[in-house]
Amino acid sequence: MEATLTREQLLDMYYYMKLTRMVEERLQRLYRQGKIVGGLYRSLGQEGESVASAYALEEGDFLAVMIRNLGALFVRGVRPWEIFTQYMGKGTSPTRGKDNIVHFGSVERGIIPPISHLGDLIPVMAGIALASKMQRKRSVALTYIGDGGTSTGAFHEGLNFAAVLKLPLIVIAEDNGYAYSTPKHKQMAIENIADRAIGYGIFGETVDGNDVIAVYQATRRAIQRAREGLGPTLLEVKTFRMRGHAEHDDAWYVPRELLEYWQKRDPILRLETYLKEHGMADETDFEAITRRIEEEIEADLQYAEQSPMPDPRIALEDVYAEAPSVLEGAPRPREHAAKTRS
Amino acid sequence: MPVLTYLEAIRQGLWEEMERDERVFLLGEDIGVYGGAFKVTEGFLERFGEERVIDTPISEAAIVGAAIGAALVGLRPVAEMQFIDFISIAFDQLTNFAAKCRYRWGAGVPIVVRGPCGGGVHGGPFHSQNVEAYFFHTPGLKIVEPATPYDAKGLIKAAIRDEDPVLYFEHKYLYRRIRGEVPEGDYIVPIGKADIKRPGRDVTILTYGWMLHKSLEAAELVAQEGIEVEVVDLRTLLPLDDETILSSVAKTGRAVIVHEDTRTGGIAGELAMRINERIFEYLEAPVVRVTAPDTPIPFSPPLEEFFLPQVEEIVQAIRWVANY
Ligand SMILES: Cc1ncc(C[n+]2csc(CCOP(=O)(O)OP(=O)(O)O)c2C)c(N)n1
Repeated sequence: MEATLTREQLLDMYYYMKLTRMVEERLQRLYRQGKIVGGLYRSLGQEGESVASAYALEEGDFLAVMIRNLGALFVRGVRPWEIFTQYMGKGTSPTRGKDNIVHFGSVERGIIPPISHLGDLIPVMAGIALASKMQRKRSVALTYIGDGGTSTGAFHEGLNFAAVLKLPLIVIAEDNGYAYSTPKHKQMAIENIADRAIGYGIFGETVDGNDVIAVYQATRRAIQRAREGLGPTLLEVKTFRMRGHAEHDDAWYVPRELLEYWQKRDPILRLETYLKEHGMADETDFEAITRRIEEEIEADLQYAEQSPMPDPRIALEDVYAEAPSVLEGAPRPREHAAKTRS
Repeated sequence: MPVLTYLEAIRQGLWEEMERDERVFLLGEDIGVYGGAFKVTEGFLERFGEERVIDTPISEAAIVGAAIGAALVGLRPVAEMQFIDFISIAFDQLTNFAAKCRYRWGAGVPIVVRGPCGGGVHGGPFHSQNVEAYFFHTPGLKIVEPATPYDAKGLIKAAIRDEDPVLYFEHKYLYRRIRGEVPEGDYIVPIGKADIKRPGRDVTILTYGWMLHKSLEAAELVAQEGIEVEVVDLRTLLPLDDETILSSVAKTGRAVIVHEDTRTGGIAGELAMRINERIFEYLEAPVVRVTAPDTPIPFSPPLEEFFLPQVEEIVQAIRWVANY
């Protein structure tokens, strides 16, 4: 199976993982400098599963990320400036400052944005999968959920719905140990999230989330089944969150030993080792990629920093298809009541 | 009297109620070991143990549903929503089950659902909402939103002792920014009673939550122009305190209603209508409202500031009704 990934593909995945890590490191510095508006959610230690699963998709497929899937967005063609401007609340950001972090999407690019309410994406992605089936398309819908998010009703309803209708939906459940401060054993009474698949009558599989090749191949299998009309897959990836829930959280509740255990299983280091052991790449290759990323980040960050904050009036736009006037038709509009908005 | 933050006051009220009544218990996400996302329940697990401070899965419908069940058979649950925005997931449990139990079969549901609401901290569209209007329309629920540490402690105690389901909204912008005197020991701020936070004869402001503080600022500013504003802090949104509201507006003849929530279908509309129906003859000017516009709450600071009602807008509204 491993032969199915070429050296180019592996280096490509390496690039995306490294890009994710380096962009997040940069974000962390910006956060400390007070240049980021709001919180910062990192995916340190679990970049591999996001990149490998998204990499398995093809054009025309749909993807919806959660807060720790920055890597999947990059694979789909999102560029660092989009992330920097989102985090800084700039007017040039994909949401023009209306929403933050990875909360943006575009149907054309096959990206559906998350909302904060965990689990709510799964029924939505089931709907995308349903449409694919109804429109006789090949496209599959892939989304992610944390171990904590699998406790929601929406997760269950979405998967069950997709199961009954045999929809081309792939849900990647990330067991990264903790949901905020809550360890997995307080979130569910089972060891493997994939065991839930039995209850829905769908395919379930658990893989090492820090082994990008394994994640890629498992996702390919799920995609193939989905395209063949065999229905959804619940693919569990075992990984670990190496930072707190967000940067304000120093994760004091996570035992040191766990971090040390997972540190040794870092997905980027593992891919480096694999590539070296198989004679596919060496330090100079990795350094070249890193330098390229540094340059890309520099240019994009400069653009983001120089971008203006949004014009306040944008706040009123896009509630409906046509730009509305808040006051239109209202009797006797007056300055005071109008919030002087127009 | 000790001076506490708004957050400490809530915490103290919860603590004292748990000491006082062993039927009271807490449930919610990350409230135990972590002490809550905003640290409201810090130290509770150590003092009261895992049976009374329950870290739950991320399951708002189950959290509220389980609270309802436990309340039906004699316990006094206080459920935390990590952010009040997530109460939408428990909407059905609250509006259909909890709110209708007494009416249908005479059963009381003495639960409290509490959590941080409101904007001002760049939380974006899903961590900043004001959700009162969704529940304001549901008979059987009670809704409170304190604006001061004193009220925060008194109202959490009243909420816990209340025989009906109470939604207790805490404004996250106030948590650590607002301090005030809070008596040690037991006292109650009764649910259903508004409070005149600043007396005045010319114009009445009806408001609650964070907007109380902005309204007081505005009142201070126009006082220099000779306009004496009476600022009424609603404190309880459901049921409304008609007596305090109507007698203040009847006295001043002029009313400005200020809330952070969006305009259409907001609480201001109901207040204006009550004034219109009951004391129209006392009015010297149309009732006006200062609210957020009918959009989701945006994230970026300039947009959020534009969205939120500002002191200057309140000042303009006061001047307008005063000079009508
Ligand atoms: C329905 C809902 N409840 C609560 C929250 C607050 N919240 C945000 S992230 C989070 C923990 C998520 O844990 P998990 O799903 O395991 O994902 P991870 O952060 O570990 O990647 C919580 C409780 C939320 N976003 N949605």
